[in-house]
Amino acid sequence: MMSGPESIWVKVCELTDIPLRGSRVLKTEAGCVALFRTVGDDVFALRDQCPHKKGPLSQGIVHDRSIACPLHNMVFDLDTGFARGPDAYEAQTFPTKVEQGIISVDLRNLSEGRQ
Amino acid sequence: MGSQRLVVIGNGMAPGRVLDHLFERAPDAYQVTIFNAEPRVNYDRIMLSPVLSGEKQYKDIIIHDDAWYNDHQVTLHRGKRVVEIDRANKTVIAADGTKAPYDRLLIATGSNPIIIPVPGHDLPGVVTYRDLDDVDAMLSASRKAGRAVVIGGGLLGLEAAVGLKMQGMDVAVVHLASTLMERQLDEAAGHLLRKEIERRGIDVYTSANTTEIIGTKSVEGVRLDDGTRIDASLVCMAVGIRPNTSVADAAGLSVERGIIVGDDLKTSDPSIFAVGECVQHRDQCYGLVAPLYEMAKVVAAQLSGDTDTVYTGSITSTKLKVTGVDVFSAGDFQQTEGREEVVLRDAAQGVYKRLVLRDDQLVGAVVYGDTKDSAWFFQHIKDGTDVSEYRDTLIFGPTYAGGDPVDPLAAVAALPGDAEICGCNGVCKSIIQETITGEGLTSLDDVRAHTKASASCGSCTGLVEQILALTLGDQFDPDAAKPVCACTDLGHDAVRRLIVAGELKTIPDVMQQLNWKTSCGCSKCRPAINFYLVCAWPGEYVDDGQSRFINERVHANIQKDGTYSVVPRMWGGMTTAQELRAIADVVDKYDIPTVKCTGGARIDMLGVKKEDLPSVWSDLNQAGLVSGHAYAKGLRTVKSCVGTDWCRFGTQDSTGLAVKLERFLWGSWTPHKVKLGVSGCPRNCAEATCKDIGVVCVDSGYEIHFAGAAGMHVKGTDLLSTVETEGEAIHYIGALMQMYREQGWYLDRIYKWAAKVGVDYVRDTLAILDNRNDYYDRFVYSQQFMQDDPWAARVAGKDAHEFTPITLEHRVETA
Ligand code: SRM
Ligand SMILES: Cc1cc2nc3c(=O)[nH]c(=O)nc-3n(C[C@H](O)[C@H](O)[C@H](O)COP(=O)(O)OP(=O)(O)OC[C@H]3O[C@@H](n4cnc5c(N)ncnc54)[C@H](O)[C@@H]3O)c2cc1C
Ligand code: SF4
Ligand code: FES
Repeated sequence: MMSGPESIWVKVCELTDIPLRGSRVLKTEAGCVALFRTVGDDVFALRDQCPHKKGPLSQGIVHDRSIACPLHNMVFDLDTGFARGPDAYEAQTFPTKVEQGIISVDLRNLSEGRQ
Repeated sequence: MGSQRLVVIGNGMAPGRVLDHLFERAPDAYQVTIFNAEPRVNYDRIMLSPVLSGEKQYKDIIIHDDAWYNDHQVTLHRGKRVVEIDRANKTVIAADGTKAPYDRLLIATGSNPIIIPVPGHDLPGVVTYRDLDDVDAMLSASRKAGRAVVIGGGLLGLEAAVGLKMQGMDVAVVHLASTLMERQLDEAAGHLLRKEIERRGIDVYTSANTTEIIGTKSVEGVRLDDGTRIDASLVCMAVGIRPNTSVADAAGLSVERGIIVGDDLKTSDPSIFAVGECVQHRDQCYGLVAPLYEMAKVVAAQLSGDTDTVYTGSITSTKLKVTGVDVFSAGDFQQTEGREEVVLRDAAQGVYKRLVLRDDQLVGAVVYGDTKDSAWFFQHIKDGTDVSEYRDTLIFGPTYAGGDPVDPLAAVAALPGDAEICGCNGVCKSIIQETITGEGLTSLDDVRAHTKASASCGSCTGLVEQILALTLGDQFDPDAAKPVCACTDLGHDAVRRLIVAGELKTIPDVMQQLNWKTSCGCSKCRPAINFYLVCAWPGEYVDDGQSRFINERVHANIQKDGTYSVVPRMWGGMTTAQELRAIADVVDKYDIPTVKCTGGARIDMLGVKKEDLPSVWSDLNQAGLVSGHAYAKGLRTVKSCVGTDWCRFGTQDSTGLAVKLERFLWGSWTPHKVKLGVSGCPRNCAEATCKDIGVVCVDSGYEIHFAGAAGMHVKGTDLLSTVETEGEAIHYIGALMQMYREQGWYLDRIYKWAAKVGVDYVRDTLAILDNRNDYYDRFVYSQQFMQDDPWAARVAGKDAHEFTPITLEHRVETA
């Protein structure tokens, strides 16, 4: 993934710490980040807060490259953070990378988009 | 009725369609008499395979029922085979002597299955695959299990083989050529198909020539020319068909391979038409319905005086109707001079596509695995479209050229209005769209009813749905069009049956075999499949947490602020000072903001932080409190009243029975939640008669009620039965639970399930003790794997990752 000079890459956990088609919560001072692992072992990071009514996205169901919010079932595209379907909601996403099985997240924008 | 007499020989798919068109065009023109060697009405022959596999029943595939013959005053001679056409006196004569004079005659005798005349071919146990009697014969054979050998690895043979396998027989396919379905597929696709067929446990012998069918009194096996002997109790010959021309021949009409007809579909005798598989038109004989339906239109036109409408032949395409296998082929794909081919393979996905081009035109296509673009390819072949513009990307289908490949509707959107969607019935895209808007259709069934699209072999169902979606946009409710969700064309019942029939035991297996359109389903189908597997394979299937909604994954109810609520069981609504004390302590220790008596007669602690759940549960466990499953599609509560213990009106120990029931039923997963009430007398203080299952105690015993509702929909229960003893009541309720578990669609409460299958059906089935015993035993068997407290398991460390967040070693700058 692209990342500017001032990006803040942080090692968070091993790939296998996240169950397949599952998620983990990353706690930070600036709020929680939801980490997702898809069936293809791609890892995504979204702010753990649904733009609809702040539902904890980490608690939803992961399918394909999307996540269904546990509260009202809105489905978000993990790549873009955009809601599937008509509603114009967008969840904040963070760049991720996996090196030798270690997941890092670029938390540069963590303080932004906080609600 | 009409002055003219029309007599039809044969009552198959072609003449059936002729009459449909004829009655539309000229309702009163003819008085119609039909002779049918089969002793039955007109049915959809191509759907015999689903009947054989158990996915459908005969009644589902009837095209014209008795009412239809009445309405159109058609005389149908069932089981009467015409043996002679007396052209001099314009009369047909049946085997039993029945005569019928005609002004116009329509011969539609179809074709006969070829029987290879090897020794033993006439032994009992050797069947062909052509009509319902053949299917019945195979089904009764399959009930005795054993092995079946299917001779012939073409469309029919493979459908027969898969059907027999799904009926529980061991199956071997013996095929003369080196490639399965060699007439439709090339070698590569045939190979993929073979692997798939073998993966389903069917033995495949290719380049195998049957020399003898072994057996004395009945079939014992077959021998191949290389000496191999395959034991079998059933042999199905599906080696091909031969146009059935005997009567026409005897009547002196000109006949070669088939009955010769012109573009007007008249035989050499101008008052005699012929239609269907029995004809030979421009040297072609057809073995698929699409061309026959095109002929049928023309015959109807001709019969109603429109002599301009003529038949000029058809290009055909074929699809194999085996659930989970997608094979399509069309046109001419032999590799010859001056032709180029484009091939795309994706071993991982098991996809193979081969396009054959001649001078920038598509002339043939073979597609295995991913057939969503096949309609588009077929259209190119028929139109002879010039593809020089986009021949490099042609094989990726319309979505590629047309931008956005993720839009599932792009492929269909890209099709021109006259693109043929339903090959069987020759229905094109624009017709479907116009009918949808014109008639205000909203569901797949509507479209089938109005246009016949997807009403025959069904392989275009996906496309028709996409057209619905395309035309209706958001108005299109996929639930109205039966499929479980957009990931599949199959409905809940089909999925459930196929899971059991195909012994599918994991979610990936189900999705692979049942041809899921998405890589790993969606939040709609995954929980459903997970439940169906839990129910079908107790003790074997490993529950997939990632396919459960959060509440069932963490065994608590998520709240709007992301915290959780915790509801311990209070068996039958009974509790003790010690339990209440434990709850009070937990509330203090984890300062839980809200404590409330639920509508289910127990205590809810709301606002618990997720990390605290395991320790909250462990404290509650100490006091013997277990999960109340207040979150589960499973047993929720059994409400009770005080009954004979205290109440002056109580007739039985309602509290005791409630406790027994809750202890018996808890832990079981069900299609939707199940709530019970047990009242000690008809005053019904436990609201038993609006529950999923309710018991009302009376002096003489126990009234068992079911299918009540008191949520979004309010409905009183129906009486299931009245029994004398507590034991009988528990037995009855256990059986009812299992019947609901095995039949209910995911997310249907008992009252919805009962409405679908019929309250009487449930009542009558369970009225029979044997049935009750079977269901009860299966329930008890399944319960032994279900009844451990999910809280205890998680206190012991299960799914720890759910409850422990990750924290960062080093602080993050958040300027
Ligand atoms: C806690 C409780 C309300 C209360 O404070 O009393 C409750 C709370 C919820 N109910 Fe209920 N229902 C509660 C008793 C009922 C009852 C009364 C009863 O059980 O006798 C009904 C009517 C009877 C019935 O079930 O039909 C009831 C009909 C529903 C329905 C409508 C069901 C239906 O088919 O129409 C839903 C929605 C659903 O399940 O799809 C629902 C859904 C819910 C959910 C699970 C909504 C959700 O998904 O979050 C609420 C969870 C809150 C929580 O975290 O506990 N709740 N709910 C009650 C818990 C009972 C228990 O001890 O387990
Ligand atoms: C199992 C199976 C699966 C198939 N799947 C497909 C598919 O997926 N797609 C597809 O396009 N096609 C399929 N076909 C082929 C399709 O069913 C036939 O092309 C079609 O049924 C032919 O219609 P028809 O009216 O010409 O003949 P038929 O439907 O065979 O009807 C002929 C009728 O005439 C009766 N008859 C014969 N002689 C006499 C007589 N002398 N007097 C009175 N009655 C007589 C016969 O009993 C029979 O009922 C399948 C066929 C079978 C058997
Ligand atoms: S009635 Fe509605 S708001 Fe109240 S608990 Fe039930 S679901 Fe929630
Ligand atoms: S809070 Fe996520 S869908 Fe409503």
